[in-house]
Amino acid sequence: MNARERAAAAAPPTHPAVLRIETVSKAFGAVTAVDRVSLDIRPNEFFALLGPSGCGKTTLLRMLAGFETPTGGRILLDGQDISPLPPERRPLNLMFQSYALFPHMSVRANLAYGLEMERRPRAEITRRVDELLATTGLSALADRRPDQLSGGQKQRVALARALIKRPKVLLLDEPLGALDKKLREQMQLELKRLQHEVGITFVMVTHDQEEALVMADRMAILRDGRLLQCGTPQEVYETPVDRFVADFIGVMNFIEGAVDPGGVFRAPGLDVPLARPAGTGALAVRPEAVEVLAGPAAGMPGTVLDVAYHGLDRVLHVRTEAAPLLRVRVAARHAAEWRAGDAVSLRIEPAHCLFFPDPAP
Amino acid sequence: MSPPDMKSGLLVTPAVAWLVIFMLAPCLLVLSYAFLERGTWGGVEYTLTLENIARAFDPLYARVFLTSARIAALATLFAVLLAYPAAYAIARAPRRWQPVLLFFAVLPFWSNYLIRTYAWIVLLNREGLVNNLLKALGYRGEPLSMLYSEPAVILGLVYNYLPFVILAIYSALSRLNPELIEASHDLGGGALRTFWRVTLPLSLPGVAAGGVFVFVLSIGNFVTPALLGGGRFQMIGNLVYDQFLAANDWPFGAALGMVLIAIMTALLLVQARLAARAGGDTARPA
Repeated sequence: MNARERAAAAAPPTHPAVLRIETVSKAFGAVTAVDRVSLDIRPNEFFALLGPSGCGKTTLLRMLAGFETPTGGRILLDGQDISPLPPERRPLNLMFQSYALFPHMSVRANLAYGLEMERRPRAEITRRVDELLATTGLSALADRRPDQLSGGQKQRVALARALIKRPKVLLLDEPLGALDKKLREQMQLELKRLQHEVGITFVMVTHDQEEALVMADRMAILRDGRLLQCGTPQEVYETPVDRFVADFIGVMNFIEGAVDPGGVFRAPGLDVPLARPAGTGALAVRPEAVEVLAGPAAGMPGTVLDVAYHGLDRVLHVRTEAAPLLRVRVAARHAAEWRAGDAVSLRIEPAHCLFFPDPAP
Repeated sequence: MSPPDMKSGLLVTPAVAWLVIFMLAPCLLVLSYAFLERGTWGGVEYTLTLENIARAFDPLYARVFLTSARIAALATLFAVLLAYPAAYAIARAPRRWQPVLLFFAVLPFWSNYLIRTYAWIVLLNREGLVNNLLKALGYRGEPLSMLYSEPAVILGLVYNYLPFVILAIYSALSRLNPELIEASHDLGGGALRTFWRVTLPLSLPGVAAGGVFVFVLSIGNFVTPALLGGGRFQMIGNLVYDQFLAANDWPFGAALGMVLIAIMTALLLVQARLAARAGGDTARPA
């Protein structure tokens, strides 16, 4: 158990949730966008709502912000039900995916807006806007209009505008979605740093599992409006609850086969002792849990289709009898030994395997 | 010229030719008349003079310009005040209803301008529908004389140009990114302040477009003042009309027309500048 896991395990009794989502549902006519989702979001954590498009994550976020009314359940902020409050009376702020910067106002005026709505004194507004402009590195752009800013600069302004009121929870809708890959990776770190600095709970919606793994303290995976799993990135990566999560998070190989009465998973050319009840299903193996054996040892035979370069390591694409395409991660110093067309022998470590039984017919 | 340039050049040629022949040429002709002397029975003598231009700025005629400007300004004001809530309501209506509502807003526009204006005579005269209705409601005084007055002219202008303003403001409002409104609410802005700080400023280009439209068409209008004003007071349009068709003073009519065109052009330029400045990225994200 590492420090993060210990903290996660210890958290529920000691930390009351800052934001509690209680069996929240949202139906649009006959379509259920969010189906009885319950989540506890803890103070100062970076929480990610992850799922493919149409999974209900944005609808859930919009319910937290107050733009959609739940058709069932409650949303509690510090123990208080905020479901009946309109967005302008919720101490939460949303950073919009499109940024939604006011085009007729300067950067400074965009930032000041939230404080002006609170009717803060002019001097305080100026001071707080200047401070935040400095923290976010926007001071030089203070008098520009949004249409004079680059994508990355707009993203910063949107973030600063959502932070200026020091909300109890900051909601972020695909905050890095509009940036190019390089800038996105840089902003992932910067956003985490900023979250630590301001000490505000972040709830981020993303469809990018890698982004969620890198940034989140904990994450929830949604599909078709339902919560599938909630946990730390490590928990979700290592012990996905079902085949969908296993496939969605990271790269996963699936080998179709069956467990025999002796508890051994069998597929053509492959035996893995699992100690599980008998039945058909899929064996799930991460690319890093497959080992390429030296020489023609007694492993699962396969043919290398392709070697993909990934810097420090390579991913071999291997055709086997049991799976038409098995991805195998090997350290770069070994990778030079294989070429497309080579025959290889693979070993799968049973301790690193997961088995997902086929659903009962 | 590169091939695409040539292609688009060919495509605009008919429109440009049309404008040059039927718009620019007559305008230049009228302009040139303003610098010539009047012929005895209409037409012009080909002698250059600046006298007509000078006369157009005579206090007598300046007053007509001011009256016209006042009537046009009031018509613009009322048209915008009436059109904004209507356009706002249409823009906020469910998307599938919007074309239907716009259709009804523009419907009167498809009947003849003269007929629509005559209809107001029927409504407003001393024996008209409005006075009859008042009588039926128990009003016992003298019938109201509403027709042939400045308010009647303004009413006619507002009525006739209202659809334009509704369309212009609607188009600005419907292009407004709804997330900007949400952002304002999210930052603590109630409905009223959100409207004042976000919706209204971002729809001003539409208000300006519609407003300039009403003003420009109103200040040069001569049918409505002739019918609903009863010829009792003059707007520039009537004055120009009279110079050409009654007083047989084509050069002076041309001079007045030139001043009018100058005013309109100046306003349209100001409006275009405003629209360009406010343009920015108010539009919805794709």
